[in-house]
Amino acid sequence: MDIASGLLHGFAVALQPSNVFWCFVGCLLGTVVGILPGLGPAATIALLLPLTFKMDPAGGIIMLAGIYYGAKYGGSTTSILLNIPGESSSVVTCLDGYQMARKGRAGAALGIAAIASFVAGTVGVIGLTLIAPPIAAFALSFSSPEYFALMCLGLALVVLLSGTSLIKGLLALLVGLWLTSIGTDLFTAQSRFIFGQASLLGGIDFMVVAIGVFAIGEVMASIEAGEEAKMLPVPRGIRNLLPSWEELKACRFAFINGSVTGFLIGVLPGAGAAISSFMAYGIEKAVSKHPEQFGQGAPEGVAAPEGANNADTGGALVPLLTLGIPGGGTTAIMLSALVLWGVKPGPLLMTESPDVFWGLVASMYIGNVVLLILNLPLVPLFAQILRLPVYVLFPGILGISIVGAYGASGRMFDLGLLVGFGLLGYTMSKLKYPTAPLILGFVLGDAMERALRQSLMMSQGDFVPLVQRPISGIMLALAVLVLLMPLFGWLNRMRVRAITENG
Amino acid sequence: MVRAFLKNGDVISGAALAALGVYIMMQAHAWDYYTLDGPGPGFFPFWYGAAMVALSLLLIVNAARASDEGQAVDWPATGRAMATWLAFALSVVLMEFVGFLISFAVLTFFIVAFIFRRPFATATVVAVASALTFHLIFPVALSVSLPTGPFGF
Repeated sequence: MDIASGLLHGFAVALQPSNVFWCFVGCLLGTVVGILPGLGPAATIALLLPLTFKMDPAGGIIMLAGIYYGAKYGGSTTSILLNIPGESSSVVTCLDGYQMARKGRAGAALGIAAIASFVAGTVGVIGLTLIAPPIAAFALSFSSPEYFALMCLGLALVVLLSGTSLIKGLLALLVGLWLTSIGTDLFTAQSRFIFGQASLLGGIDFMVVAIGVFAIGEVMASIEAGEEAKMLPVPRGIRNLLPSWEELKACRFAFINGSVTGFLIGVLPGAGAAISSFMAYGIEKAVSKHPEQFGQGAPEGVAAPEGANNADTGGALVPLLTLGIPGGGTTAIMLSALVLWGVKPGPLLMTESPDVFWGLVASMYIGNVVLLILNLPLVPLFAQILRLPVYVLFPGILGISIVGAYGASGRMFDLGLLVGFGLLGYTMSKLKYPTAPLILGFVLGDAMERALRQSLMMSQGDFVPLVQRPISGIMLALAVLVLLMPLFGWLNRMRVRAITENG
Repeated sequence: MVRAFLKNGDVISGAALAALGVYIMMQAHAWDYYTLDGPGPGFFPFWYGAAMVALSLLLIVNAARASDEGQAVDWPATGRAMATWLAFALSVVLMEFVGFLISFAVLTFFIVAFIFRRPFATATVVAVASALTFHLIFPVALSVSLPTGPFGF
């Protein structure tokens, strides 16, 4: 199936009434969680995953993806009106968005954010449409050594970019590998690390880890922060939400910059929307004729990061769908969702499950239009969500966490684990250990061990073929280079700056 | 100075992870490292356990070298977060005996009344309304099973 016929097939799937409905539900939920500080898309997808078990995989992934990119649209609303980022990817939007709002241009800032998100989000999906098929075709030649090397490279990038301390990132990854080892070894049926508990023979449910670390951890961190800010008024009426012609003209390069930077950074595992929005903002400021206006309410300072964090979605789905390698916490949960539905992401996804792959890609074109409609005229309505008291929201999240963890297995044992992983997530945030490497280690650990053991079986225990095969050799060398990067002073300073400046 | 070093979060977490790494290596040692078919169940854990020990020790050494003592802990804020977690943990224990509805209502009441310091009347209304909403949405409308108590809910 070539790209054009694949996309046509995708639209036939995505335009089925049920899938349009799920796309709308995902975009709506995404916008809501994007607006709410303290509840991210990773936690939301993890919480809702058990409810999607009985869904058709195409409808399910269309909805989950809607939450993923919808949250990025919604995140800007909180940044502009409250100066608190709804999502980590909207941190940079606070700089100029809030300043615009303080000067009475809240409507224009919200409008620019929505338009930039739409333009760049659509460019990101076009990039995904065009780039995914050749990458998948190339990856068809991969065997166990290449997959092992690819996972090493992906995890190395995630460790490098998810926190300032490389050591802590690596330790979080190793804890994830250990957690996924708990249970029965698939090769020999040897039980490992079960502490005498029969309940652990089947391993730890991914959702319990994801909900505990993300949702409970986020609730505890938010309660600790205890921030309650005052919201700036939202202008009513579509006319007051549209930016002026001068503002739009000033943003034209920012739309392109955000689209390209966001997509390219999104393809890199680990980089994520927060870094792409920071990079796009930096580029915009560097090439601007009036850099002194940045931070004072420059419309380009809203358009570039908002565009980048939305184009990032299309990029992030490239390695997930074509190679089966997620680049961050949210895509890791989406990978688990696909596996739970019996769909295997990777180079064969397009041929084995065209409904899922092309249906998802086509739904993202539709979703971007849905989100533009939701986020322009309806933004005053959504802003009312910010009036929901946190003392109602946080117990609600804890309740949904219990439903999510218990609903999947029906075991009280899993609720006990949930309590433990909640504390782990909070402790990690307190001690500045990044959570993304832990989740990715947990998701990829099994496949990584399997690929390594199969590679060594093929070579009768010899490690040399792993580095002699050209593709795996290059990827392993790159992984080592990535991990050695912090040893180079100026490169490490750039890395730490990119991570710390976006929170 | 030694006391400050021992209280450092990196030192404590490094020591805990080093201990975990040693445990993983000891467990892995008890399983086959290599079999006739290839690497055994002890192969992979042995190596990541060893890496965990090495990196944890490196973390402790780095913490010892660093001159700054880090940010001071905001104990009241940390206490709020930990009290929430403890209440959540107790509600899970309670759930086994009284079911989801009652234990979730108690948890919500505690969070609203004691963590957010809202009047008892507000806490009661939020707790009852939240628990009933959950009950109506999940077990009743969506047929999602939740822990039940002696009263059947």
